[in-house]
Amino acid sequence: MDDLRDKYISAISSASDEAVLEDLRVQAVGKKGEVSLKMRELGKMTPEERQVAGPALNALKDEINSALAAKKVALADAALNERLKTEWLDVSLPARERRVGTIHPVSQVSEEVTAIFADMGFAVAEGPQIESDWYNFDALNIPGHHPARAEMDTFYTHRKDGDNRPPHVLRTHTSPVQIRSMEAQGAPIRVICPGRVYRADYDQTHTPMFHQVEGLAIDTDISMANLKWVLEEFCRAFFEVDGVELRFRASHFPFTEPSAEVDIRCSWEGGTLKLGEGDDWLEILGSGMVHPKVLEAGGIDPAKYQGFAFGMGIDRIAMLKYGIPDLRAFFDSDLRWLRHYGFPALDQPSLQGGLSR
Amino acid sequence: MKFTLSWLKDHLETDASLDDILYALTDLGLEVEGVENPLDRLADFTIGKVVRAEKHPDADKLKVCQVATDAGETQIICGAPNAREGITVVIAKPGVYVPGIDTTIGVGKIRGIESYGMMCSEREMELSEEHDGIIELPSGEVGQRFVDWLAENDPAKVDPVIEIAITPNRPDALGVRGIARDLAARGLGTMKARDTDPVPGSFPCPIKVTIDADTLDQAPVFYGRVIKGVKNGPSPAWLQNVLKAIGLRPISTLVDITNFFTYDRNRPLHVFDADKVQGDLRVHRAKGGETFLGLDEKDYTLEADMTAISDENGVESLAGIMGGLETGCTDETTNVFLEAAFFDPIRTAYTGRALKINSDARYRFERGIDPAWTPVGIEHATRMILDLCGGEASEVVVAGEIPDHSRAYKLDTARVESLVGMSLPADEQRASLEALGFVMDGDMAQVPSWRPDVQGEADLVEEVARIASLTKLEGKPLKRTQPGVPKPILTPMQRREQAARRTAAALGYNECVTYSFIDKASASLFGGGDDATMLENPISSEMSHMRPALLPGLLQAAARNQARGFSNLALFEVGAAFHGGEPGEQHLQVSGLIVGQTGHKDVHGSQRPVDVFDVKADAEAVLAAIGAPAKVQILRGAREWWHPGRHGMICLGPKKVLGTFGELHPKVLQEMDVKGPAMAFTIWPAEVPMPKKRATSRGALAMTDLQAVERDFAFVVDADTEALTLVNAAAGADKALVDEVRVFDEFIGGSLGEGKKSLAITVRLQPTEATLKDADIEAVSARIVEKVTKATGGTLRG
Repeated sequence: MDDLRDKYISAISSASDEAVLEDLRVQAVGKKGEVSLKMRELGKMTPEERQVAGPALNALKDEINSALAAKKVALADAALNERLKTEWLDVSLPARERRVGTIHPVSQVSEEVTAIFADMGFAVAEGPQIESDWYNFDALNIPGHHPARAEMDTFYTHRKDGDNRPPHVLRTHTSPVQIRSMEAQGAPIRVICPGRVYRADYDQTHTPMFHQVEGLAIDTDISMANLKWVLEEFCRAFFEVDGVELRFRASHFPFTEPSAEVDIRCSWEGGTLKLGEGDDWLEILGSGMVHPKVLEAGGIDPAKYQGFAFGMGIDRIAMLKYGIPDLRAFFDSDLRWLRHYGFPALDQPSLQGGLSR
Repeated sequence: MKFTLSWLKDHLETDASLDDILYALTDLGLEVEGVENPLDRLADFTIGKVVRAEKHPDADKLKVCQVATDAGETQIICGAPNAREGITVVIAKPGVYVPGIDTTIGVGKIRGIESYGMMCSEREMELSEEHDGIIELPSGEVGQRFVDWLAENDPAKVDPVIEIAITPNRPDALGVRGIARDLAARGLGTMKARDTDPVPGSFPCPIKVTIDADTLDQAPVFYGRVIKGVKNGPSPAWLQNVLKAIGLRPISTLVDITNFFTYDRNRPLHVFDADKVQGDLRVHRAKGGETFLGLDEKDYTLEADMTAISDENGVESLAGIMGGLETGCTDETTNVFLEAAFFDPIRTAYTGRALKINSDARYRFERGIDPAWTPVGIEHATRMILDLCGGEASEVVVAGEIPDHSRAYKLDTARVESLVGMSLPADEQRASLEALGFVMDGDMAQVPSWRPDVQGEADLVEEVARIASLTKLEGKPLKRTQPGVPKPILTPMQRREQAARRTAAALGYNECVTYSFIDKASASLFGGGDDATMLENPISSEMSHMRPALLPGLLQAAARNQARGFSNLALFEVGAAFHGGEPGEQHLQVSGLIVGQTGHKDVHGSQRPVDVFDVKADAEAVLAAIGAPAKVQILRGAREWWHPGRHGMICLGPKKVLGTFGELHPKVLQEMDVKGPAMAFTIWPAEVPMPKKRATSRGALAMTDLQAVERDFAFVVDADTEALTLVNAAAGADKALVDEVRVFDEFIGGSLGEGKKSLAITVRLQPTEATLKDADIEAVSARIVEKVTKATGGTLRG
């Protein structure tokens, strides 16, 4: 019986393919195979002999079957390995191209600003870009003769012959949205008004269209000190610099009183702007306490309510934060610029995840 | 507004340093825009003495000088004709920057002889235009700093010039005295009295003045007098120097005096040559059409109601804006008529704007001068004319009355705390106002005549806070509107806008922000360009009309990028388009544009031209992202800028268009210089219906373990049969069982013959009750064929 075992185990282990293996299976454990034949002989044996030979034969059969199965797997593995050896790809070849889109810095920064002010309870208000001169000027305490009107380089819309109404304007600031928001909502109110604004000016640092975000907070007890805190918090969060320092400088706007221009401490050392350090001051926004006449224009009683307003350039703070040199390029849609300064589609700014990467 | 430090100190007694003054000015709202301090520029120049001067052996005009300096005796080669032994000179040693020649001095050899520095002329130090020779100082010690010598002997030369920005509400700060008053109120010194006694007239004024009754509102008061026997000509050096320091050109003593008071007191004056004035002067409203030759030698035609000052010859002066050339003073003037008047700011602004005249007088009158100082100002000016030009003054003629400017507001000292958030003692608040010229009467603050901007209680608070310094304001937290987690603040439309934008970018489009105005031709191609959306004063013809759609701007961007060598483009914009010229006639659009190939040529052969179904997929994705229903109609018949056969409108019914996609009309591309074809989509987010109510629950998911079965069918239909008709018919065959119908093949022509095509669909059947048997499948298949045949007239392909 050992002979039989040695014969088949060694034959199985040297089998070259599955066909040989199948032949061996038939010869050994097939119906008429040698092991099977031996098992038939068990009946002729004495019980004592059977006691010994039976288990031995069964064990032999199992062993051969296992060897066959193992060899079968080994042969398949070898064949697969042979095949894989021929399947080589130059994986350094470029992948299939996928277009990569971008978000414009103006949109991204608008969302950053929105995220910060939303946390402080400010909603987002929008309004018409073609405005009546009442909303753009008069309601903001800028009467017809006011020098500020001439200084704003206003775009006017064309009036047909015979249409003697004063021309509409392209809004020179988003302040008219403040008036419309007050009219619609009354006090208390907290809104920011982002959007396109227009001034007839084009040179190195001016474009005839740019973006502003203004803020308005009105309640019975809101003070200029609150304004300063809000702007400090905003600048710290937006510029992502803990040590932001602001300077309030008395100034004048027709729609606020008192008014202040706000400078941020910075350094220009080495030609790059660093906020929160250095000895220079950079003007970043205008602000103040809403003028009683403006509250009245918005239908809010100035004897009962007070509050602040501020405004800044979205393009400008985008340039400061992200080191973008030229305002005019914002509106040129040069693909190289869009790719370089644009933001990934899924980088949606949030306070919990951070405004920028 | 420019002034010098010494000019300021004519009005302000102060020990404050220049830096402290500059800081205070900016902090007070008089923003310092620039300072020119000669002390900085000339700090390194020192005084030396020429010990010996000999002719240069190799040059006739050069001298070799031995000069005593703080660093011992030094050899300097000099070409100045006056370089000679014994003179005291100003030395720039090697390493010193000389501003007038924009050079840093080095050690050099001139014609073979070494030179260790330079002796300077006034021009080389930008002190004057003087360059005939080097400076010879009448005094000075060897080694002394030149600026120290100047400060002692010629302080005007080292007088810092300060330039500040004046906000429109502060006409008083357009005079140096007004600036000094702010600084004094801040505590930087005390005001110097600068009064003058009236000059009594020794004869009646030969020129009378009247103001028409209907003109008193725009020219309420006019003071004038003649000074006879004056000698005009160049003004004295001190006056010329102060004017030059602030960038004004000295003209003649009389004119320089008027300019001096314009800047010193914000008191514009005018001087007529009395001998050229014919008869008396009359202040009146222009009828319109009068012509006037201004001092700027330009002709102006007046419009009705402008304030004019005329004599018998006609208009001689535009009140508050510009005098006339005909009656102007010259060096020969011997008799002068001096005018000090008050003109209405609004009228002055309108006139100045209409005639496009920008003068110092207009700038000041339209912001508002001090009406009460009018009679005082004429006395100051008379005094200076007599001092500098001699002559004899007439009595003063007066027409009209000084307008009543008196008003008082209640100072609520608690208001500073509640409005500004600053705690200031009441005494300090009152003291600030008094220092600014307010007269306190109990709680009431009487506004000084030079502050037309103060018009209410809030202005008093502003003044108090400004003087106390807003820089010192401490931030105080703004209370949350409600306790706890902030609520979302975006409106559904704002969320749509964001979702559309981020989806388009995720689909590989680059976001553009293009101008809202565009040229008329491009606007016209997209249904705009009419007069209603035209600008009256565009900055160029390229930006003349409000855009009717986003696509023309994107096409222009594509053309620019193609010109730069980028041919595969995917651009999008989210923004307002304008369908009219009234406020509110704007609507939100989302537009995408793709041109060129899907990508570069590649080893995978995946490059192909972009086509309509790319933009269809993108439009559908954006619509899905903003919550549009999945079941829509695709209709044709969009506007003329689309390819007539290759576009579709995504609709909920024929009148509810959510978006349009397709190929743009080749003619449009040609006119806009875009190399096409170009595929585009536009979506109108506001057209997508808002969900009726917001529920967070998704509803239950109906799922079954029963096996779904897919069956393919191919139909031969007319070539113009739309696939969607066929799909809808198949889906309607058994609404419960048919889960999905997908088109997987379209074959046109060939063996099918002209005008026919084959459409192949896969129908997925999803049983919900029991496993499908062959008979069930046969039955539903038959119904599908029947429905499709009925709907399309097609036949099952054998």
